[in-house]
Amino acid sequence: MRLDELDRQILNIVQYSFPVAAEPYKALAEQVGSTEEEIMSRLKKLKEDGAIRRIGGIFDSRKLGYKSSLCAMKVPVEKLQEAEEIINAYPGVTHNYLREHEYNMWFTLISPSEEAMEATLEEMREKSGCEIRNLPAVRFFKIKVDFKLTDNK
Amino acid sequence: MIMITELDKKLIRFLQDDLPITSRPFTAIAQELDITEEEVLARIEKYLEEGSMRRFGVALRHREVGFTANGMGCWDVPEERAEEVGKIMATFPDVSHCYQRPRFEGWPYSHFTMLHGQTREDCEAVAKRISEATGITNYRLLFSTAELKKTSMRYFMEEK
Repeated sequence: MRLDELDRQILNIVQYSFPVAAEPYKALAEQVGSTEEEIMSRLKKLKEDGAIRRIGGIFDSRKLGYKSSLCAMKVPVEKLQEAEEIINAYPGVTHNYLREHEYNMWFTLISPSEEAMEATLEEMREKSGCEIRNLPAVRFFKIKVDFKLTDNK
Repeated sequence: MIMITELDKKLIRFLQDDLPITSRPFTAIAQELDITEEEVLARIEKYLEEGSMRRFGVALRHREVGFTANGMGCWDVPEERAEEVGKIMATFPDVSHCYQRPRFEGWPYSHFTMLHGQTREDCEAVAKRISEATGITNYRLLFSTAELKKTSMRYFMEEK
């Protein structure tokens, strides 16, 4: 996807300092020396083109009382599609990636409680017939998804 | 522990949706909740301050904007160095997430660093620098071969 300088400038701002204001797009326009209409039409385009997934709040699951974990699953190649369908159907599964390893499916699971998480994992194991390792964090060092967009990206 | 009222839960349900791209995007939420626009904005500021909201803004599809390589760095860090090494790893700007997780049989790795780059080589170069900075030499990078799901969590839906 092609981003021009103004697109990059807008995206770099709205990732981390989206103006929490009554007229946020107008405030953004003032920051980058553009117009509210231009900002709104660019954001709509970036959303249509798939660069923007969503504009909204990104919450800290732990602070809201939820439990989160990274799960490693060992799926035989012939069962990959079936496993993907089973795992992705759970709303608490927010990310799921195939990776180059014997444990080839890695997903994150967010649940309202420890008990709910264990119950979900047990259900996933039964439905898929696959081994799933639950790896909840024991120490947190960093969570910061900041994709600085520069010229060559 | 943060106090979350019924009103907060309702507001959070709206804020985890997609904010409309209109001149006054918060007015509809305020009307739905029967509070003022200022109250909505004040509560967002409060969530950001207390950290229950990590940020308000745009969630990017990083693959679409050029960060196509995603390597999960897995590191075998001796327990007595867990804290110190984790802190060093977190200082690298290319590391977006850094956690310590339990080891299991056949899996000696305790520390996980999520690395994003334009190419695999970018990620490998960062991992090498992390290895040099920490002295941890037993590590591997698990590259993603497919993104099967990426969404935002929807909280407090089960109580609706």
